[in-house]
Amino acid sequence: MKVFTDLFFSFLKVGLFTFGGGYAMLPILKDEVVIKRKWITEDELLNYFSIGQCTPGIIAINVATFCGYKLKKTIGAVIATLAIILPSLVIIMLAASVLKEVMHHPVALHILGGVRIGVTALLLKVVAEMGYRIYKDSQCKILTSIIFILAAFSLLFWHVSALIIVLYALAFGIADLFKGRLVK
Amino acid sequence: MIYLTLFYSFFLIGLFAIGGGAATIPFLFDLIRKYHWFTASDLTNMIAVSEATPGPLGVNMATFAGFETAGILGGITATFGLVLPSVIIVVTICKFINKFACDEALHRLLKPVQPAVVALILNAAFKIATIGIKDLLTFGVFCFILLFMRYYKAGSIFYIVLSGVIGFALKL
Repeated sequence: MKVFTDLFFSFLKVGLFTFGGGYAMLPILKDEVVIKRKWITEDELLNYFSIGQCTPGIIAINVATFCGYKLKKTIGAVIATLAIILPSLVIIMLAASVLKEVMHHPVALHILGGVRIGVTALLLKVVAEMGYRIYKDSQCKILTSIIFILAAFSLLFWHVSALIIVLYALAFGIADLFKGRLVK
Repeated sequence: MIYLTLFYSFFLIGLFAIGGGAATIPFLFDLIRKYHWFTASDLTNMIAVSEATPGPLGVNMATFAGFETAGILGGITATFGLVLPSVIIVVTICKFINKFACDEALHRLLKPVQPAVVALILNAAFKIATIGIKDLLTFGVFCFILLFMRYYKAGSIFYIVLSGVIGFALKL
């Protein structure tokens, strides 16, 4: 029983103290599940992060599910996942309600006007960092560039949906799986 | 039945938004086009709030979008839809398949998706830019924040607060 409550509170803590996404979550996850609880090794965590960059789903959720499963099978996985999303559910709904109330106040409008510009800059930062890392790590830089350019052009000119773009890119992955590395 | 549609839509996002939280943003833009549940301007606010509050970005976005669409139950439905594919995939990998062989296969299958995701997020950034950057002044602020990012490393919250303060000071 104690394992369940430990799992729950550990991941509740992770959900409560992480901000943003991706690698920003690594330090707190490491403190909690590797150093304090010793549920997984640091190698396992790093491995999960690097795999998480290219697997479906939210990385933090994948790590929570993985830890939970490792300790207490499916029930553990479900408990860890519920715990990590609980703070988001509560805090975001509160924040959304407050935002709805104040949104039409002139001061709030000015602040949001500025924040929109900040969000644009933040997203560009994500693009630059992700793009750099993916380009650097890729074994076939030409293919990586071609996929990027094809996706960018189809988005620009044909307004293709995100799902279609991902499915087309997956076709390259399937080809790679069957044929070995696409371009040696 | 709005909850079913919400659940299904976010289940798809959880399944196909490969590469973490920011990858969900282009999919949320597609939801706007398809269902008109919220506006692009709402979505920009959602990103800001999700970056500045605790919790994984993708989960926060799903909760916010679901809440905006159909209240508390909507927020819960969207979030559960988002995380379910992760839980199913990870449990399946752990349970049935040799983990390392499968990781290797997944890695190769999904590697080509990464550059496409970069293009998707870039496209989303352009859409958000057209909402926020309307004149010379806002463009100037944008350049200032980019320069600031280049020379002063800080967390996302810092830049959100900074841009909010600038917005307030300049009455953007």
